[in-house]
Amino acid sequence: MHSIGDSFALALQLVLSGDADLLAIVLLSLRVSLTATALACLIGLPVGALVAISRFRGRNGVLILMNALMGLPPVVVGLLLYLQFSRSGPLGFLGLLYTPTAMIVAQTVLIAPIVAALSRQVLEDLHTEYAEQFRSLCLTRLQTVRALLWDARYSLLTVGLAGFGRAVAEVGAVIIVGGNIDHLTRVMTTAIALETSKGDLALALALGIILLTIALGVNAAVQSVRMTAARYAYV
Amino acid sequence: MSDAAIFGSVAPAAQTLRADIRACEVQDLVLRLGGATVLDGLSFALEKSGCTMVLGANGAGKSLLLKLLHGLMQPTAGRIAWGGQGPGAVTARQALVFQKPVLLRRSVAANLDFVLKARGAGRGDVTARRDALLDHVGLAHKAGQPARLLSGGEAQRLALARALATDPEVLFLDEPTASLDPASVLAIERIVAGARERGVKIVFVTHDTGQARRLADDVLFLHRGRVAEHSPAATFFPTPKSAAARDYLNGKLVV
Repeated sequence: MHSIGDSFALALQLVLSGDADLLAIVLLSLRVSLTATALACLIGLPVGALVAISRFRGRNGVLILMNALMGLPPVVVGLLLYLQFSRSGPLGFLGLLYTPTAMIVAQTVLIAPIVAALSRQVLEDLHTEYAEQFRSLCLTRLQTVRALLWDARYSLLTVGLAGFGRAVAEVGAVIIVGGNIDHLTRVMTTAIALETSKGDLALALALGIILLTIALGVNAAVQSVRMTAARYAYV
Repeated sequence: MSDAAIFGSVAPAAQTLRADIRACEVQDLVLRLGGATVLDGLSFALEKSGCTMVLGANGAGKSLLLKLLHGLMQPTAGRIAWGGQGPGAVTARQALVFQKPVLLRRSVAANLDFVLKARGAGRGDVTARRDALLDHVGLAHKAGQPARLLSGGEAQRLALARALATDPEVLFLDEPTASLDPASVLAIERIVAGARERGVKIVFVTHDTGQARRLADDVLFLHRGRVAEHSPAATFFPTPKSAAARDYLNGKLVV
């Protein structure tokens, strides 16, 4: 058993030496979570935009549901998808259980509501500002949605970031549908959970350092883009 | 710069295939908002050409009248007809310049491109017409700048260019020059006068009697939600008929 200091030194060594196993885990994590974020945006942004500009019966119920879904517990999403993807489940024939694809699906389900609910708020605020001008211009619903999505682009970047942050950091869903199989479905969070329980704190810490660095780096990048946009009054 | 480049291939007056919607008849127009009667039985008729200045004190219902005429709001009662058609049917053939321009979070040029594309202009047309319009309102040198960093006068000129980009047959302006510097006011008045010369019907709300004198062909004076007076400019300014208009022109506070 190493002390924490030893573990930390070993962890840094692993990171700096570009350990192949470590790299594989990090790359799979990024692939899964970035793909899930992209899919969640494809689904969530149009949904958020449509709800933002529409007035219909039961709208408040939809808003409550969207906001509640933001807090979906990852393990529950994992479990429900496990039931679908398992051999005897309705989607068992696809053979997706314990594949990166299943993990992408799980994270997409998890964060699409986050993207939809947050973008709805952003776009509704913007629409309040633009609505009368747009009605004067007689824009179609599609033209309105496209204009709102484009004009809110820098705010929506933050929305996407919130989704990515949630995806890359969650462990419950991917461990159930992915199975944490070495070199196949092992991602940063599942590896950290496993290595910690095995007592290999060095690898767990190394992955933790990388995870934190990624989170910091992505946030810093988005923040600097937003600050540039703010200088042009585009935010 | 040819007019065709600025104003599209078809000038409004030449759109003979469609019914002329520039003349307006309003009968017994009533608007109630939250229990208060804002407009109380307006009846008047607007000629299909020239510039109608809408004057009146704050709260007389001028801006709301514009929105009703443009089809952005529904009246509580009464009838508005543009060449026999309801305002909702002709919104797309009109344009409204708001007091505070709402500009998109894009470049100056992209603000115009957006409207031109939304109105179905082809790619080549968009560039040519956008450049012509920017030149027309004196913003050609600002084309690449973020629209929301324009000064008040520049922003309003861009809003005016955007309104003209839709080839309106009727152009509404809701106090477009309130709190602008004189040079910007002059520029905007020149552009509006130019549109009037080309046959665009102008309905212009203002607080500024000097501006009304410069631009008006006729004056619609609102007082307490009613038409106090509707007269040709040539008689309104020297000999206002209503007491409210007389007081207003004499600089008294009209409430």
